[in-house]
Amino acid sequence: MRFLSIFGEYIIFLSRVFSRPEKSRIYLKQIMREMESLGLNSVGIVIIVSIFIGAVITLQTRYNLDSSWIPLYLIGLTARDTILLEFSSTMVGLILAGKVGSQIASEIGHMRITEQIDALEMMGINSACYLIMPKMIATMIFNPFLTAISMIVGLFGGWIAAIVTGALSSSDYIYGIQYWFIPFYITYALIKTVFYAFIITSVSAFHGYTVKGGALEVGRSSTRGVVYSSILILMTDVILTQLMLAW
Amino acid sequence: MITVEHLNKSFSGETVLEDISVSFDKGKTNLIIGRSGSGKTVLMKCIVGLHEADSGSVSYDGRDFTHMNFMERKAIRREIGMLFQGSALFDSLTVEENVMFSLNMFTNKSLEEKRDRVNFCLKRVNLENINDLYPAELSGGMKKRVAIARAIVQNPKYLFCDEPNSGLDPKTALLIDDLISEITQEYDITTIVNTHDMNSVMEIGEKVVFIHNGHKSWEGTKEDILNSDDVNLNDFVFASNFAKKIKALTSSEG
Repeated sequence: MRFLSIFGEYIIFLSRVFSRPEKSRIYLKQIMREMESLGLNSVGIVIIVSIFIGAVITLQTRYNLDSSWIPLYLIGLTARDTILLEFSSTMVGLILAGKVGSQIASEIGHMRITEQIDALEMMGINSACYLIMPKMIATMIFNPFLTAISMIVGLFGGWIAAIVTGALSSSDYIYGIQYWFIPFYITYALIKTVFYAFIITSVSAFHGYTVKGGALEVGRSSTRGVVYSSILILMTDVILTQLMLAW
Repeated sequence: MITVEHLNKSFSGETVLEDISVSFDKGKTNLIIGRSGSGKTVLMKCIVGLHEADSGSVSYDGRDFTHMNFMERKAIRREIGMLFQGSALFDSLTVEENVMFSLNMFTNKSLEEKRDRVNFCLKRVNLENINDLYPAELSGGMKKRVAIARAIVQNPKYLFCDEPNSGLDPKTALLIDDLISEITQEYDITTIVNTHDMNSVMEIGEKVVFIHNGHKSWEGTKEDILNSDDVNLNDFVFASNFAKKIKALTSSEG
């Protein structure tokens, strides 16, 4: 029953988020601001995580396929498919759920407990729409770029690891990442990213927006936002994989 | 004029307000007073629609606010200015952006016109040359004054002030009280102030409503308070030793 009640609140919350904005020009400005705050400021962490994970995937694949029967270029192919299909979308989604999700939940939660959201409402502004819709649109536009960056940097990290450790030659790796390339994998990853962006912003914002109490509750709502976003991302991953790759 | 009729409100089965009926006059500073936890903030939030009343009605100059839809309420709220207990200034915006916020949202004025209006309102609350500061850089009294400037920037018909003096020293509190009273008369608006500060009551209370344990216990002017025979009101008003001594002194003189 409690789950249904929370789900109902979430749907009502979304209907308020997607109502008609008071002044489109101001919302556009907000979207640009959020792109910088939530998107551009996440490029650093995405690059760092992607380069190391790309390197680890390449090395792990190399050590686990240690057989003279397996051509070395397959290590590059495996690393590429792992990065394109899962890592750059889902892993980056989970990392952003932690970074962006907690930022959104704590920001909105702080505004709630300091009555800033009430102040917006008292001015006749739809606070849910004003505060959350720009964040949602900004992340849904920007996260595919982050995923694309992650793909490129992840593959680069694998190449660096291959050369530095001597696990395989540069030419084998580059041949492997070009071999039997299916462009749809990129489309698939970018589509997933848009869904993840929606989940991260809406779930975290919902937890921040409905917080009651003080600083302790804001912290708890932020944690809940990250946990629920992460679980939903993984559930969505299963569903989208079945829908988009199995057929 | 704001009219409240038979308003009831409870949270999780616990009654917070019971059968409150009261009217707040136009052009006057109306005060809701009572002890902490008596229900005065809930009453104010029910009047402005931040809390939904369980039953009863609230009307603004005859317009039934209780049964309005979301869009109609939004329209009424544009006629309301509100000063929150903690000022509720937007942290990420400068003083100028805070005061200009509703002008940006609801008017098509040029930037120069909006700046003129913002500067006029800030000057009205005795603040100048702080346009580029952020709320974190202001003192408590300055924050309250910026919040008042933000509340009056759109020429509201109704002004609500929730504990405007909380956390302020007596002199700054007096300044805020005077400002609220002056603005009420100057713009001929309906002002409702929520307070438990007896200095404010005696300073600006043209009409006073006393709430006790969720009930309207007493209603009158500040002059009537000292002669009231309401036990709860007397208990509240003369709670401090200082007030008791004054009462004893005035009684002996009388």
